[in-house]
Formats: sequence, structure tokens, C-alpha cells
Amino acid sequence: MMKPRQMKAGRRNKEGRWAWRLTGFVTLCVYVFMFAPIMATVILSFNASMFGGFPITGFSLQWYGKLMANEAVLAAFRTSLWIALVTAIAATAIGVVTAFAIVRFEFPGKQTLSTLVILPALVPETILGVGLLVLIKAVDQPRTLLLLVLGHILLAVPYVVLIAQARMVGIRRVYEEAALSLGASRFSSFREITLPLLVPAVVAGAMLAFTISFDNTSASLFWRPAGVETMPTQILSMLKISISPEINALGTVMILVTVGIPLLGGLIMQSLTKLSRRGETREEVQ
Amino acid sequence: MTPGPSSGTGFQKVLDNMTAPKLPGQQSGALFSSAGSSAVLEKSSPAVEFRNIEIAYGKFVAVRDFSLSIQKGSFVTLLGPSGCGKTTILRSIAGLVDISGGQIMIDGRRVDDVPIYKRNIGLVFQSYALFPHKSVFDNVAFGLKYHNVPKSDIERKVGKALEMVRLPGSEKKLPSQLSGGQQQRIALARAIVFEPQVLLLDEPLSALDANMREEMRVEIKKIQKETGITAIFVTHDQEEALSMSDRIVVMNAGAMEQIGAPEEVYEMPATAFVADFLGKANMLAGTVSKSDGPTATVTLAAGQTVKVVSPKPLSPGAPVTVVVRPEKLSLESGAMANRLTGRVASTSYLGGSATYEIDIGGKRTVRVNTQINGRVVREGGAINIGFDPAGCVLLDEKGIRIS
Repeated sequence: MMKPRQMKAGRRNKEGRWAWRLTGFVTLCVYVFMFAPIMATVILSFNASMFGGFPITGFSLQWYGKLMANEAVLAAFRTSLWIALVTAIAATAIGVVTAFAIVRFEFPGKQTLSTLVILPALVPETILGVGLLVLIKAVDQPRTLLLLVLGHILLAVPYVVLIAQARMVGIRRVYEEAALSLGASRFSSFREITLPLLVPAVVAGAMLAFTISFDNTSASLFWRPAGVETMPTQILSMLKISISPEINALGTVMILVTVGIPLLGGLIMQSLTKLSRRGETREEVQ
Repeated sequence: MTPGPSSGTGFQKVLDNMTAPKLPGQQSGALFSSAGSSAVLEKSSPAVEFRNIEIAYGKFVAVRDFSLSIQKGSFVTLLGPSGCGKTTILRSIAGLVDISGGQIMIDGRRVDDVPIYKRNIGLVFQSYALFPHKSVFDNVAFGLKYHNVPKSDIERKVGKALEMVRLPGSEKKLPSQLSGGQQQRIALARAIVFEPQVLLLDEPLSALDANMREEMRVEIKKIQKETGITAIFVTHDQEEALSMSDRIVVMNAGAMEQIGAPEEVYEMPATAFVADFLGKANMLAGTVSKSDGPTATVTLAAGQTVKVVSPKPLSPGAPVTVVVRPEKLSLESGAMANRLTGRVASTSYLGGSATYEIDIGGKRTVRVNTQINGRVVREGGAINIGFDPAGCVLLDEKGIRIS
């Protein structure tokens, strides 16, 4: 009586095991596909070989050394870094305020505005790049660093707005109403209640804006003034000559910055909230 | 300048205030004194006064021609079904809703165009609205901070307020660590700690479970009496309104139906709406068949005749509605002047009492709520019910009480 059922259960178990193996295999493939290029770049950056590829002939830090001595690369890195910082700050400020306006207030043209604001994220970057360039030419203005920064802000604002908006909708209006009824002005209630509750979105938005600016290639190619290189455009121009192992080292630095900064930011945020909470309790004890 | 409470009014200051002459314009500092001595001290102008206010959203008029004067230290409830405008009126006092006509006065001062943060009102929300990122202490201290109370006083006042809502020592907790009932107590403490001129409560109990609701009802009432603060309470729950209020304002479709003490509103409903909304009274339609001074005989639509006492002589043939509360009807109708026979359509056994739906013919059912002595009558049983001719209210054909 029991036998057929046991057999059935056994078969199902076997099927289950195979399904799991298949899932594991596919997952592994996906991870390899995703991370192999990154790993290759990182590993090859330490390769002693003259050519930027396998096989590995020995461990060496010489490419990093060369990078440090390469004035053009260092200049590009500095340029990218401060453009990304300015973009992150400006785009976050504009984006958060815009999201607040769109979610909390009723005004004519609100729908149009909320669509217009996210439009730069929908339009292909190349077209946006050409468009801004054509506009600049039309009004007979030179390509300046300011234009490049403004362009990056334009590209980053939609993402900050979308992130802040999503969070803002989740913050119930009664919190602000309660703060107002307790005597806090509109500005105070924004600063003390809305903004702290919005912090995760503010931080996420700033990180994303930073990364968008730091990584941007195609639009930067159109907008940069003559003689100015950002990291991505510098890599592109280096690639035109040869695939030097230096590029692998540069790529590794780029990965470190774009992955490391959000990670670092997250860690700082965590310890900050912990600290402030501890500070508050200490204040109470006094 | 915010006409906030004078700084430094704590317990000690309260004692000073009682002996020292009051300065003009100084708010009564007797929040934490026992018994509403502040209400005795100042009775001149009403705490809140509405003068023909109207609130409209585009073409939709939420509140029309609403006038009301609220005594200092009293507990007034706005009662009505959802969408009747009660919450809108409450929010208009707070300044969260703009009125489109009329005037609102708080302590004799016109506040229509005073922004919310300068109105000096305490607000308790249905959803508590405690700041989730601030500790209990910071939540309660928030209002004090913005009313320029010195730091040394803030701590003491927060402590007293938490004691008042029976949650002392909870300063360091976050709102998420508290139960719903505790959160609402903290919200109450936060709203009263800075001694506002009016306390507004917007359905503060409806998010709580039944047991907690009853407990909080008593608690809120007690705290209101202790502090002597003027409270305006919004609810759709008639039991809350009847048990807590000094005065009840029954609202319907943006207008006031009746205002009065709980007993008054319950016993003498001014309109058919009030009679039905408060306590689900039996409304028996009929015509006057005989009038004899204060008493009249009414033939009901179902065919029976009943005797009623009318405050004024009725003319025979006039249509009237006889309003009888379920608990004014009794099953032992032997000694009663009025007797209706019917059949029990449904029985709800409630422990000490029972509610019956009784079919009296003509597609009319009558609701009877009675103490159980003896046995509970089950569905289908024939039954006699009766009521005292003086125990009913008469409405004319427009649904207005005959008086």
C-alpha cells in the first residue's frame, strides 16, 4: 500500500533536486555574466604584462603608478569628481523641492510640470546632448564648464524627483498638520518633520545623481569645452590609441568610486542616525 | 507675536495665579489645577464662536450658514454621519481649511486669516500623527519649544503631561514602541501640554479597539475636566457623544440639526434625522384621528391606534410621526395605555438585555430594547408591546418636532 506513494514522493524529490540544481546553475551564469567583466578589469589591472589582456604574467602595481603620474588622467578625475559633487548637491536640492511642490500643493499646470520634470530621463541621452549643443550654438554661446555642469544637473534631476516623490507620498500630511498646530511655521515643520522623514530619499537621490554625473559619457562628449576631459571621455580617448593596462587600473578606480561612494554614504548615514539618537537620549537625561 | 501661554506656568505658577490678580490678556494658567477654575475666572467671551460660516470647495458646499458659540471649559461634540461637514468645521478652527464666508473667533479674537501655527490650538488626530522619528519626549516637547517655553520648564511640563496621561517614564520610547492606545495618550499629552486655548479632537477613538475605546473615553473626559480646557470633539459614534459631551451638535448635510445637552438631544430629538441617527428610534407614521386637549389618538399606517401626549392640541386628520425609543417600549403591556400586537421577527440576546425586531403588520417592524426578566422570547412568538403616551415625541409632516 505504501510503496507507490513512497516512489512518487521519491520521484518528486528527485525532480525537486534537479530543479534546484538548474536554478543554481542559471543563477551562477547570471552572476558570472554580470561580474566577470568587472572581475577581469580588476584582476588585469594588477597584471605585470605589457598588454591589457590575459594571460597573467605576474603581480604588479606599475599601472597604478603610471596612472598616478599621468597628469591628464588625474586632471580628468578631479574634473569628474567636482562636477559630480556639484551635480549631486544641486540636483538633490532642486529635486526634493520639486517633489515637495508636486506632492503637497495644488497649482495650475501641476500635471504638465510633473511630466516635464521627468522628461530628460525619457529622452535618449544622445538627443538631449545634441539638443543642448544646438541650443547653445543658436544663442551663440561658448561651451563652458558651467554648461557641462548644468547639463549633468538636467540629467540627474528627474531621478531625484522620482525618488523623493515616491517617499513623499508615503509621508502622511497629518505629520505636517500636527507640527503646524503645535506652533511650528511652514518652514520649521518642513525642516523638523518632513525633511528628516525624507532623508532616505535625499541620500539615495544624491548618490544616484553623483553616479549619473560621474559615469556620464555620451552627453559629456557633446557638452565638454575644448580641452576638458571627464573620466569617461578620458578613457574613451585613451582607448583610441591602445588597450593599455593603464585603462584597467583606471577602470578599477572608477568602479571603486561609483560603488564605494554609495556604500560609504550608507555607512555614514547609519552611524549618523545612531549617533543622533544617542545624543538625543543624553540630552534628555540632563 | 503668538498669543501663546505665558512662559513658566507650571504647578507653582498656578498657585501664584490663583492668589495674584490676573493680568489682562494673560491666558489662564490653570491648566494643571484641579477642577476647571479657569472656566470660573473668565466667562466673558465664548471660547470659540462661529458666525454664519460657510465652507465651499468649488461648487460643493460642505458647510452652510453654521453658527455656534462654545462656552469656556465645556466639552462640545459635533456628531453626524460621515460627509456631514463635522470634520471640516473642526479643521476650519485649526486653520487647516479656509472658510469661504463668515467669521471664526477664538477667545473673542477673529482668527479667519491667522495662519494655523499662530492660532494656539491643540489638535488630536484619528491616526495619532506622532512624529515617528522623534522620541515621546521630543514629541510632547515640540509644542513647548515653539511657544518659547524655557528649556528648564519644558522637562518638568513634559513630565507632568505624561503623568496626566498615565504614561510617566516613557520619554525615551519611540512612537513605534507604543500600542495604539498609548500613542493616542501621548498625542493627547502633546496637544494639551502647551496650554492651548482650545483642544480639537478629530475622531480620536475610532482607530482603537472596542475595549481601549471605552477606557480612553473616560480618560479624555477626566483630563478635560481636570484641566478645564475647552474641547471640541468630532465623532460619528453616538455612544461617545452621549457619554462625553456637555453639549452635542447634531450635524447633517453641512448644517446643524440640533444642539443641546445629551439628554435633551436624545429625549427630545428636534428632527426626524436626529431621532433616527441617535439611537435608531422607531418612527411610526400615522394620522391624528381624535384630539382631546393634551392627549390625542393616532391611527398608525399599520392600522393600530395609539394614544399620545402632545405639547399642543393637534387637529384631527393631520399627519404625524410617533417617535418611540426602543427602550421606552416594554413587553409587559398589561398596565400600559398603548398596546400593539405583533410577532417577533428577530431576537438579539445581549446578556442583560435583549433587542427584538417585532413585526406589527403593514410591513412595519418595531425595535424593542428591554431588560430581560424571565425568559427571552424567541423568533416567531406572538407578543404584546406597549408604551406610555408621554414617552414618545411627535413630528409633523416636515419631520420637525411638534412643540
